[in-house]
Amino acid sequence: MTKLNTWDQWPDEKGRFGEFGGRYVAETLMPLILELEDEFRAAKKDPAFTAEMDDFWTHYVGRPSPLYHAERMTEHFGGPKIYFKRDELNHTGSHKINNCLGQILLARRMGKTRIIAETGAGQHGVATATVCARFGLPCTVFMGETDVKRQKPNVFRMKLLGAEIVPVSSGTGTLKDAMNEALRDWVTNVHDTFYVIGTAAGPHPYPELVRDFQSVIGKEARRQILEREDRLPDAVMACIGGGSNAIGLFHPFIEDEGVRLIGVEASGHGIETGEHAAALNGGQPGILHGNKTYLLQTDDGQIIDAHSISAGLDYPGIGPEHAFLRDTGRAEYLTCTDKEALEAFQLCTRLEGIIPALEPAHAIARLGDVCETIGKDGLLIMNLCGRGDKDIFSVAEHLGMEI
Amino acid sequence: MPTQRITDRFDKVRAENRAALVTYIMAGDPDLETSYQALCALRDNGADIIELGAPFTDPMADGPAIQRAGQRSLKAGTKLSDVLALAKRFRADDEDTPLILMGYANPVFHMGYEAFAESAAAAGIDGTILVDLPPEEDLELRQAYEKYGLSVIRLATPTTTDKRIAKVAEGASGFLYYVAVAGVTGTGSADPEDIREGVERARKVSGLPVCVGFGVRTGEQAAAMARISDGVVVGSAFVDHVRLALESGDTGNIAGRMGELARELSTALKG
Repeated sequence: MTKLNTWDQWPDEKGRFGEFGGRYVAETLMPLILELEDEFRAAKKDPAFTAEMDDFWTHYVGRPSPLYHAERMTEHFGGPKIYFKRDELNHTGSHKINNCLGQILLARRMGKTRIIAETGAGQHGVATATVCARFGLPCTVFMGETDVKRQKPNVFRMKLLGAEIVPVSSGTGTLKDAMNEALRDWVTNVHDTFYVIGTAAGPHPYPELVRDFQSVIGKEARRQILEREDRLPDAVMACIGGGSNAIGLFHPFIEDEGVRLIGVEASGHGIETGEHAAALNGGQPGILHGNKTYLLQTDDGQIIDAHSISAGLDYPGIGPEHAFLRDTGRAEYLTCTDKEALEAFQLCTRLEGIIPALEPAHAIARLGDVCETIGKDGLLIMNLCGRGDKDIFSVAEHLGMEI
Repeated sequence: MPTQRITDRFDKVRAENRAALVTYIMAGDPDLETSYQALCALRDNGADIIELGAPFTDPMADGPAIQRAGQRSLKAGTKLSDVLALAKRFRADDEDTPLILMGYANPVFHMGYEAFAESAAAAGIDGTILVDLPPEEDLELRQAYEKYGLSVIRLATPTTTDKRIAKVAEGASGFLYYVAVAGVTGTGSADPEDIREGVERARKVSGLPVCVGFGVRTGEQAAAMARISDGVVVGSAFVDHVRLALESGDTGNIAGRMGELARELSTALKG
């Protein structure tokens, strides 16, 4: 295993987190991602860039998001004390906008005049369409055909915001296929187009820059818990598809050795059925979409379509930093089935009066198990990364209810 | 040694004072037997070098024609080992025509670079083009290939800068594949004059023959590209013959039709 000096040294100059990450893209895109990296480094050092971002975070997104003591959930599990980081209260309803704002400001610095994005649940698509409307940039969103059907409210939102939606029918018509199509568009329109990737994956520098933009979640949570409890939590928890909300929460705690980092992957119908989206728990290292990471794949290296009730977790890969955190043992990765997520969705709604998105419902479902290992007097933060309004139709269908 | 078959082939083509015809088919599309017949038909009708596509579920640099070809091949159950077996069958009675495996990194990575290199060399493959393995990421592959005399064939594109072409050339062997248009396979076509400078620079910096591909379908286009390059790559136009045959239900002569197209292209190159 790689000897660690500090967790912050990753990625290295090759864009690697240990053996994971890298820049596995077609030559046409190489010059552009190298340029993006230079621009990202320059922007990070530019106080004007940071100031503009902070201003938008405060007045447009509504940051900082609250750290809420979920008292009834705490009672339900009999302790430890559970806090929710309320990123579902952000403008557009999820953590996705944190990253979209950062990337759109980078796109403007680079003089790009057209924005593309992929989306699964539609949260990233909506967030991208939102910032594009705000900055007056044309926006094209690639979305799997299956997801277009099961996420109708978000499709309509994106259209209202002026985005063009391109339904993708190749493969199983989900997030991975949307990402393929976005990459094809990018390679064709590389001269004027900026690709706003929604998760902490893809070719370097995307995993790093998405992590940095999302780290606002963990930075706030760390400051807030110290203010409220005067100590660090025993664990921080988040759901994982590509892993952007999780890495955003984890990263500011990564040097705090006593804080457990716990991710929850979607195991769909169960890992043993083969129909799941748990790349870390049920996949192997491989190369896809610009990075080396854990992937669901056959013994011939073909990618297997993921399955999850949650369109936002329905992806056969995982951000490379999570692959690294898993292999080094710094973070733990649990799983949650569709059924468990549906139960947790209802539990949170009834106990806290908060309708969570199906994505964080996966993390909520594992709260009980994690609470047991932490003990009554412990302290835990879970990222409630999205709100469930978008999911009410599909939840109703799964529960056999009519709206 | 490395790439000798490729070097010999370019020497021969140069002696004939023309550009090489490089043809692409997807292995196992619609089945391996047809692919074998197609390889023979291409060779018999003037293909100088053959690229053998290895299917991948997520071909993000390919347009619809090659995407669908890959899907058909996967549906027929083609594995990477089948692609190598197909090459071996062809190589059994053809010692001279270079065979280049073209595809994506993951199936090769999954088999293991060393294991793949050994099997590919034993099957008579001369090199590979792995689209998503740029110079920054192919060191391990190159080290494995050096042991078995295989070529790493790199891509250069209109977005490859003066500075970057040196990076692309370093460690490349066989030939360079110049992607004529920024885009995916099978869409758009470039004006040879627009890329003349890029091709010349690639040739000068690498010291390798430069073949141009993407968007070349007809004899006329091939002849135009041949004037600025050492070889012309045609792919989607061949793959389309499988689709057309399947759509019309007349699947009996796919290899023959591919052979006719190869004949048209090679005649045009001999001009």
